[in-house]
Amino acid sequence: MTCLPAPFPGQKKLGLVIDLDTCVGCHACAVNCKEWNASGHSGPLSDFEAKSDGVWFNRVHTYEAGEGEASRTVHFPRSCLHCEEPACVTVCPTGASYKRAEDGIVLVNADTCIGCKLCSWACPYGAREFDEDDGVMKKCTLCVDKIYNENLPEEDRQPACVATCPASARHFGDLGDPNSKVSKLVAERGGYDLMPEMGYKPVNKYLPPRPKKTGASCGSKASEEFSLIDLAERRAAKDEIAVKTGAEPTLAKADGKGAAFLRWADRVLSR
Amino acid sequence: MALIADALGQAGRLFRRMALTEAPARPAARARRDPLEALAGPPEVVETSPTVGDEVKYTTCYMCACRCGIKVHLKDGKIRYIEGNRDHPVNRGVLCGKGSAGIMQQYSPAKLRKPLLRTGERGSGEFKEIEWDEAMRLATDWLGEIRRTDPKKLAFFTGRDQSQSLTGWWAMQFGTPNFAAHGGFCSVNMAAAGLYSMGGAFWEFGEPDWDHARYFVMFGVAEDHDSNPIKIGLSKLKANGAKFVSVNPVKTGYSAVADEWVGLTPGTDGLFVFALIHALLEADAIDFDFLARYTNATWLVVQNPGGPDHGLFARDANGVPLAWDKTEGAAAASSRADISPAVVGTFDLADGRKAVPSFQLLAERYLDKQYAPEAVAERCGLTAERIRRIAAEIAHAAFQEEIVLDQPWTDWAGRRHEKMIGRPVAMHGMRGISAHSNGFHTCRAIHVLQMLIGAIDTPGSWRYKAPYPKPIPGGPPPGGKTTAPNTPLSGMPLGFTMGPEDLLVEADGTPKRLDKAYSWEAPLSAHGLMHMAIHNAWAGDPYPVDVLFMYMANMAWNSSMNTAGTMKMLTDKHPDGSYKIPKIIYSDAYASEMVSYADLVLPDTTYLERWDCISLLDRPIGSAHGPADAIRRPVLKPDRDVRPFQDVMIDLGARLGLPGFTNEDGSPKFPGGYSDYIVNHQRKPGIGPLAGFRGEDGQTPGKGAPNKGQLEAYIANKSFWRLELPHDEAYFKHSNKGYLDHAVKLGMIDKADQIVLQLYCEPLQKFRLAAEGHGAIQPPERDRERVRTYFDPLPIWYQPLEEQKIALDDFPLSALTQRPMAMYHSWHSQNAWLARSSRRTSST
Repeated sequence: MTCLPAPFPGQKKLGLVIDLDTCVGCHACAVNCKEWNASGHSGPLSDFEAKSDGVWFNRVHTYEAGEGEASRTVHFPRSCLHCEEPACVTVCPTGASYKRAEDGIVLVNADTCIGCKLCSWACPYGAREFDEDDGVMKKCTLCVDKIYNENLPEEDRQPACVATCPASARHFGDLGDPNSKVSKLVAERGGYDLMPEMGYKPVNKYLPPRPKKTGASCGSKASEEFSLIDLAERRAAKDEIAVKTGAEPTLAKADGKGAAFLRWADRVLSR
Repeated sequence: MALIADALGQAGRLFRRMALTEAPARPAARARRDPLEALAGPPEVVETSPTVGDEVKYTTCYMCACRCGIKVHLKDGKIRYIEGNRDHPVNRGVLCGKGSAGIMQQYSPAKLRKPLLRTGERGSGEFKEIEWDEAMRLATDWLGEIRRTDPKKLAFFTGRDQSQSLTGWWAMQFGTPNFAAHGGFCSVNMAAAGLYSMGGAFWEFGEPDWDHARYFVMFGVAEDHDSNPIKIGLSKLKANGAKFVSVNPVKTGYSAVADEWVGLTPGTDGLFVFALIHALLEADAIDFDFLARYTNATWLVVQNPGGPDHGLFARDANGVPLAWDKTEGAAAASSRADISPAVVGTFDLADGRKAVPSFQLLAERYLDKQYAPEAVAERCGLTAERIRRIAAEIAHAAFQEEIVLDQPWTDWAGRRHEKMIGRPVAMHGMRGISAHSNGFHTCRAIHVLQMLIGAIDTPGSWRYKAPYPKPIPGGPPPGGKTTAPNTPLSGMPLGFTMGPEDLLVEADGTPKRLDKAYSWEAPLSAHGLMHMAIHNAWAGDPYPVDVLFMYMANMAWNSSMNTAGTMKMLTDKHPDGSYKIPKIIYSDAYASEMVSYADLVLPDTTYLERWDCISLLDRPIGSAHGPADAIRRPVLKPDRDVRPFQDVMIDLGARLGLPGFTNEDGSPKFPGGYSDYIVNHQRKPGIGPLAGFRGEDGQTPGKGAPNKGQLEAYIANKSFWRLELPHDEAYFKHSNKGYLDHAVKLGMIDKADQIVLQLYCEPLQKFRLAAEGHGAIQPPERDRERVRTYFDPLPIWYQPLEEQKIALDDFPLSALTQRPMAMYHSWHSQNAWLARSSRRTSST
């Protein structure tokens, strides 16, 4: 079986933070990942003429949560979480599946993988994909051949899925550093672990949907009850235009037409 | 994964692995190794800095209609990786699933390889490959004969063509009015509604103010129009804490991330909007200052029921609409800056006629109880309380959270304003509205709502994308009133009708165009009616054509809602054995549906193999921040005997001797093909397909002499050009003197006059008056009632036509179909990655 690297202080934990508030399920991450990785560390990735659906390191699943109009469609991108205690590594009989000490990325060495699939049984997240053509297990590499790539401009040294996400729903960084942007984002937005009860300590975090804005306001006045009648009164006061309505407070009721035309006839406007 | 494996080489991969194993092992990063693990060999040495490619080229994506900038990494002459261009104004570095799958498009086995001539029956798929010389000779013979005798016998319809300023102009030079692209069944009702109301439109001609909006209402958008900018924008809105309301029977896609999903009954959006307007009018939640300054709310509408002028604007001797000036107590030119116009009241004009401000007609209509939230709620599938709450939220955001920018600007009358004050309610709409048979009026209703709360091109609201706004409506009438042998049309085939006089009809009302656009059947069909082309060519209605020439036009099938019927029409014969559609020429890069039914197939290149321009003359990619355009450049050489369609059209134009494509001595005007045309063609003096780097020194934006080095300048600028408008031109563009003057200088509009927003749409009333029996040009009897009913100058709501044909009690449910996000606008069903990305299973 395969050993995990010994932990040490200040250990890097590179990973992703995925924002379920803005993910619209467009599959940009999945396809761009496929594109980069088809010729990357674990490439090629079977699909085109293979009988299987092919190997995708990143898949977006869509679920319906709740009932009726109050329910929500949740788009859930799923890839390797680069766990701190990955059972997929410890079950590997050959050491092909391993966790890097320097950054925590979990990789598969295709040269020593025997295709036994124990790792995919051990992973509760369904993050591993077996390549039927190559006979080896494959998975998200966190674009290990892109994030450090000195042939790329520094701003492009990000996982493909992060760089391409149109909704900024994906973030990459060192989750071992509490001061990193991603760690702060997790703290701020209540980022959480998937299935923490399994004990694998996933490094990737998910940000929950922001609370839906209900009621009248989009800003600080969230709790304030607000109606159009209030508005008409307030505007009238603000504009210092007397509202000549026969003092009917319920404009919204019944026939407001006559009253409205009376008010508007007195409007003094300029071009 | 044969293709990418080919690109890199399976052998190469094995070699790489071997080479790596032989490399000196780094100190083991892992402290412990299991004995069994150690037996398997040394730990993997990961190459973290492989060479990505040997060359990077910037061009423009064509995997959907969004036209994002892309950065293509090439390795050994093949594509290694396509990513978004960070500097590009459309996508700012991101790229959707469609764009990322471009590599599979390039290496698709469905690519055509050589010109084809049909040998078997149509539809049999039996062809022989022919040389380009023969193909071009055949096409020239077929088309030349038509041009010498009756040019309208050519029907030229292009699909999601992004070179319509070329193809439309080609049709004009040829002399056929029978030209259109796909817009006629895509979004023309929304485009027309916008252009006739505010001189811009949702999607290509406008965008929400993503930076300042506090409340965003999105009507029926199906993950499209436009793909990446909306996703970028929604993310920004949500981070800013704005509220996002999605009005859409479909709950997936953008609705999934909305704060509130308003899942109304399909086709009732217009009623919902009327109820919002009703509630806002009741409460005076109306920006009257905006209406008086920027809209035709105060223009006087003649009230003379039964008369030929009823419902038209009262105008002065110069044709300027009148308003009622309360200061002088008299009618005055609405264009005067010094009047105090009335918004309601009935006024006597000097000539004795009575007139009311258009706002009065509007308010009377929508204050009517039939549009009260309580009256429409059930039909919309919502509660009245909810509609009233949403109206209150809109009013709250508009008037209590107004955005004030410390940005001075000068209005159309030359008056300086110290601040820009905006109503931060943004709206956007697209597919759901445009797919409805009541979409035009529904879209107009949304624009009326925007105007009533002062939310057009103000901070936080919906904004024009340059080169819009344009005068209302946005262009000259359609050309093609007369056609003659060897003679170009008087104007471009597609345009804007302002009344019955602009229609393309014979004296008896018979349509002059094959697709019947701009006839009484479809008077405002500003994008033509491509979906009618095959049917009408088959039926010979209103007349038979000789050649049907199509380009990447499978949607002429798909959107006919009758694919089996379409196949029959394409193969149907006269009793004498000749095809009812005599000749069909088709150009496409791929073996799409239409190929098997063509007589002559002209194989196009992929989007990565040709020059192209995303032109301000066509469908622009500007933003609210300023105009922009872009090029496609060949990043790969075709490995097949194919030619770019645009090159072929320019060559055909020269072979046919079309005036725009030949010099006086008959020689080709653009011997260099499309790239030559892009640089040297001038539509008007100084105005060409590309607005960037003009002038002989390449320093002039917008309008200037052709620049021989223009394409090189674009390439050096990552294949796009943009001009950032100064901040004082950023908003109120319809009435902003600085902007309007600048737009004239850039050649985007002809005159710097204020573009007054049209709550009340007078051209519609002109058509209606004709239907009521006024004027020389009237609809034939069969169209009279329809025109009278639907050509209402103020938005109306009616049950979608398809619902009118059934008993709703029998069919109370609606089925909605929609492509998933990763397929939307990707016109390539053969793309393996797009087809597979949505599957949920893994192969483990």
